Amino acid sequence: MAASDRDRAIEDSLIRPVVETSRTVWLVVGLLLAVIAFGGYQWARQLGEGMVIAGMNTPVYWGLYITNYVFFIGISHAGTLISAILRLTQAEWRRPITRAAEAITVFALLMGSSNVLWHLGRPELIYVPLLYPQPLSPLIWDVVCISLYLMGSITYLYLPLIPDLAILRDRSPRLRWFYRALALGWEGTPKQHARLEKLIGIMAVAIIPIAVSVHTVVSWVFAMNLLPMWHSAIFGPYFVVGAIFSGIAALLIAMAILRKTFRLEAFFRPIHFNNLGLLMLTMACLWFYFTFAEHMTVWYGNEPDEVAVLNSRLYGPFSTAFWSMIACCFVIPLGILSFRRLRTIAGTVVASCSVVVGMWLERYIIVLSSASYPRSEAMWDAGRYTPSMVEIGLTAAQFAAFALLYIVFAKLFPLVSIWEIKEADERDVEAVTEVLDAQRAAKA
Amino acid sequence: MANWGMAIDVDRCDGCNACVVACRTENNVPPAGPEQAAIGRTIEWLRVERHVEGEFPNVRVRFVPVMCVHCDEAPCASVCPVSATYETPDGLNAQIHPRCIGTRACAQACPYTVRHFNWGEPSWEAPLEQTINPDVAVRWKGIMEKCTFCVQRIRRAEDTARGDEREVQDGEAQPACAQACPAQAIVFGDLDDPESAVSQQAESPRAERPMEELGTGPRVFYLKEGDWRGSVRPGSSD
Repeated sequence: MAASDRDRAIEDSLIRPVVETSRTVWLVVGLLLAVIAFGGYQWARQLGEGMVIAGMNTPVYWGLYITNYVFFIGISHAGTLISAILRLTQAEWRRPITRAAEAITVFALLMGSSNVLWHLGRPELIYVPLLYPQPLSPLIWDVVCISLYLMGSITYLYLPLIPDLAILRDRSPRLRWFYRALALGWEGTPKQHARLEKLIGIMAVAIIPIAVSVHTVVSWVFAMNLLPMWHSAIFGPYFVVGAIFSGIAALLIAMAILRKTFRLEAFFRPIHFNNLGLLMLTMACLWFYFTFAEHMTVWYGNEPDEVAVLNSRLYGPFSTAFWSMIACCFVIPLGILSFRRLRTIAGTVVASCSVVVGMWLERYIIVLSSASYPRSEAMWDAGRYTPSMVEIGLTAAQFAAFALLYIVFAKLFPLVSIWEIKEADERDVEAVTEVLDAQRAAKA
Repeated sequence: MANWGMAIDVDRCDGCNACVVACRTENNVPPAGPEQAAIGRTIEWLRVERHVEGEFPNVRVRFVPVMCVHCDEAPCASVCPVSATYETPDGLNAQIHPRCIGTRACAQACPYTVRHFNWGEPSWEAPLEQTINPDVAVRWKGIMEKCTFCVQRIRRAEDTARGDEREVQDGEAQPACAQACPAQAIVFGDLDDPESAVSQQAESPRAERPMEELGTGPRVFYLKEGDWRGSVRPGSSD
């Protein structure tokens, strides 16, 4: 097959999901909108009656909203950070997966930070920290780092999109004006290419320290407090590791779904699941090491206030969540990902689902167990906190909105970077074409 | 300028809760109602904790009134993103209600758990709304509140003294809890004035400050006979 035919085949297969929409997708969109509407209704109730209908109390001032905030911002490390590291290390296999990962980052960040809206007692004053920031507050550090990360990841998602936008400008049956505006007059000249590559290179380097800073300051919102088992120096790196860990899991799940829904088997191949699975295995070991170190020092130190929190996790009200977390974040992924035979698409997806659940539980335990056992023993909540319908509804709505944003993205832009695939090694392109040919043969 | 502080003689406290009632009435602290109270939504600027000491049959209960200790190095003030809580030059830990946006970071940071959130809109069942003190603003839903050392009384005493062209006398500024205590267990005054009752009590070998090891520098001193280290910590029951 001639090179131009091959390029054309790649383009066709990646533009198809943008222009064709199956009935299933519409059905899913409808379902997601219903969940979002339910969350919106719950939020409206909370706005009217106040936090009194949420599950929080004294001393559990922070609940599910903060859990989701930390969880989603953790997921956001999937993208940009992984894609930046793979780009910088020139890992060739990254080419088909970077965009899917970068999109996760942007949407997860939007979801994570939106929790502030329903967490605040007075959301109408959300602009006040921007006008009158108190720079000593870790919450302000969060605002700074997360906005920087959001802008950075949008840029980092957009830059490699430009050549693909130009393709859509020329080939899309609809919205050409939209793609023309976004393509910024891309013609694919060598000069433009050189500039683009340079910019992507700069962004890939810049985004890594920003991403690390984001989850570090998110952890410092807890670690800067004197609350038992929050005031820990390990929290910064512990949170960053957990974030990348859950991010890889989210990426693997997204890839498996997109692969089926949008027929991207040629691009998300078993080798990608295998490689990301290995990366996730490494993170599982790192995560366990951090978790062990964190709990071991508290246990040995035996400081009564800290031990109260530790005991609530080991055999108190949080023990079910704690041991499920250990199983989900370490035992299950280790059992699956250690064996090449099990590191298949199905295997890595099972491990990823387990990790996502486990990491959500980790955030839940960190926020709730310390909040429930403050230093003032008379004020212990001791596991009385249970999430209310408002909190559950808003949590479900966030997951739904995340999925919806992803679908909208898939309907506007190719999920795999067309130009980067075309520029890949000969062998990689062959692997893509092989599957595409097989798909075509199966259709005929 | 004064450096306001408090001394509480725990040996004198018999747990009558007069201070709690006085505090609620003076400061318009809204009642939560039985259902909300059962799920931890009570707002109490001042609470009397019961600490059980010893084991049966040698048991005794100690009552410890606990309120905001107006830290020198307040953990709540540094975490607030909008400076809604801050330390005044005369040693008060102040809460600016209109500025509060309800992050509840201060409440989470406070080791004494004495900061309270208005989970819902505060309300008083008739005819209790007629007891609202016009000297103190009624708060609203979505913001934090806590003990102010009855700042309205302090400022009034200062104004009176200024009008008379003199200093505030010791005992002239009294928070509601101190005024209401029948056992006179609560003493309030200027910690920088060595002659004041509160300074003298604070100097006592019986005096220590709660969770002093955290370095928060509380301005409330607890006085108690014998070895009480650890047991006067708000909340601990040994």
